[in-house]
Amino acid sequence: MIETPEPDLRQQAQRAGSLSMTGSVATRVLGVVAIAAVGVMALLALWISPPDAVQGDSVRLMYVHVPSIWVAYGGFVLTAFASARVLWRTRSGVGGTYGVIADRQARRWDRVAGAAAELGVLFTALTLVTGSLWGKVTWGTYWQWDARLTTTVLLFVTYLGYLALRRLPAESRARARRSAVMALIAVVNLPIVHYSVDWWRTLHQEASLNLEPGGDRNITGEMYWTLLYSWATFTVVALWIGIHRYRVLRLEELAEEASLEELLAQRRDEQAAGR
Amino acid sequence: MWREIWLICRKDLIIERRARVTLIQIVPTVLLVLVVFAFALDANPSLLGAGAGGLFWVAVLFGAVLGAKRSFDIEAEGGNLDALRLAGLVPAAILWGKAAALALQLVLVGVFAAAGLLVLYSVTVHDWLLIVVAGLCGMAAFAICGTLYGAMTVGLRSADTLLPLLLIPVAAPVLLAGTRAFDVALGTSADQGWSWTALLAVVLVTYIAVGWAAAGPLLEDA
Repeated sequence: MIETPEPDLRQQAQRAGSLSMTGSVATRVLGVVAIAAVGVMALLALWISPPDAVQGDSVRLMYVHVPSIWVAYGGFVLTAFASARVLWRTRSGVGGTYGVIADRQARRWDRVAGAAAELGVLFTALTLVTGSLWGKVTWGTYWQWDARLTTTVLLFVTYLGYLALRRLPAESRARARRSAVMALIAVVNLPIVHYSVDWWRTLHQEASLNLEPGGDRNITGEMYWTLLYSWATFTVVALWIGIHRYRVLRLEELAEEASLEELLAQRRDEQAAGR
Repeated sequence: MWREIWLICRKDLIIERRARVTLIQIVPTVLLVLVVFAFALDANPSLLGAGAGGLFWVAVLFGAVLGAKRSFDIEAEGGNLDALRLAGLVPAAILWGKAAALALQLVLVGVFAAAGLLVLYSVTVHDWLLIVVAGLCGMAAFAICGTLYGAMTVGLRSADTLLPLLLIPVAAPVLLAGTRAFDVALGTSADQGWSWTALLAVVLVTYIAVGWAAAGPLLEDA
C-alpha cells in the first residue's frame, strides 16, 4: 500500500515551484559563500602559501587532500548516526511493519544518511586522486600498499556498495533499514580493517621507503593557516552540496509516491500557466 | 533458540545433501580458481608456493560469495523466509542457523582447497594446528559475513552482482589475517602466526556481535 506523501514536503515542493528545484534563498547564499571561499582558498594554496622545503610545490596538494578526507570521515560518521536513528525510529512495532516508512523523522534521517554517504564517497575519491598525484611526485609511483591508502580504498569500495544497495528498488522501509544496517556494519568494521592493514604493512613494509606524507614535520605559519582555511572551505562546500542532495532525495521520494493523476494535473497546470 | 538454530542448519544441510550444489559446483569452482592462479603466475612453483596462503583464502572467499548467494536463493523462492517467520522462528535463529550451515559447507570447501594446495602447489605444512584453528576461525567469519550480506540482498534483482561488492571489502581483514597465519603454517613467513589467528578470533567475535544486533532489522524486511 502506498501512503500519501508528507503534506509539508508537498507544500515545500509546490513553494519551490517545480519538482526540479532544490534551491532556496539560504542555500543560494551558502552557494555563493562556498564558491567565493574556494576562490580565496585557491589564492592561498597556489600563491600565498610557500612551497615546502622538502616536498616543494607538491605540498599544495595537501590543501585539497587533507580537508577532503576530513569531510569524507564526517560524512561517514553522519551516515552512521543517521542510520542508527533510522533503525531506532523504525524498530519493531513502531511506525508500521511493512511498506513505506510512516515515521517522518525516520524518512528524514534516511535521506540524511544517503546524502552524507554520497558526500563521503565523493570526497574519498578526491582524497585518493590527490593522494595518488602526490605519491607520483613524491614516491615516484601512483600507488603504494601503505596501510592508510589500502584502508581508504577499502572504505571507498565499502561505501560504493552502500550507495549501490540504496539505489536498488524496494519498499522504502525495507530499503532504509537494510541500508542502515549496512552503514553500521561498515563503521564497526572500519577500525578492524584499519588495524589489520596497519599491522600487515607495519610488519612487511619496505624499510627504504618513508611512506608517511610529510613525515613528522609540523606545519606552521602560512601553511598551517591555509590548511585550516581549506578545512573550513571544504566543510561549507560539503554542507552546500549535502543540503541539495538531501532535497533531491526528498523530491525523488515525492515523485515516486505522487500518483500519475496528480502529476498529470500538475503538468496541465504548468501548461495553463505557460499560456 | 538453540533448537531453532539447529533446525534451520539441518534444513539447509539436508537441502545441500539432496542438491549437492557445494560439492558439485562450489568446490570445483574453487579448485578451478587455484588452477587459474597457476596460469596467471606462469606455473612458477616458487611464486605459487610463496603465495599459496593468500591464494587459498582468495579462492575460499569466492566460494563463500557463491555459498552465501545460494544460502538465500533457496529461501527467496516462494517466500520461504516469511514462512519460516510465520512458523514462529525468531530472526536471529534463522540467521544463525543459516550461518552455521554455510560455515560447515565452507569447511568442506576449505578441505578441498587445502588438498588442492598440497597437490597443485606442492606446499608443505609446518604447523597443522595453526592451519586448522585459523582455517576454522576464517571460515566461520566468512560464513557470518556472507549470511549477513546474503540476508541484506535476498530477493533483490541485482543480488548476484551486488553481493561480491558488499562482501569482499568487509571480509578484507579475514583475508589478510588468514593469509598471514597460513603463510606461517606453510613455512613461507616467519611472522607471528598465532597473533594473526588471534586477530581472526577478534574479527569473528565482532561479526557474531554484529550478527546478533542485525538479525532482527535484516530478516524482518527480507
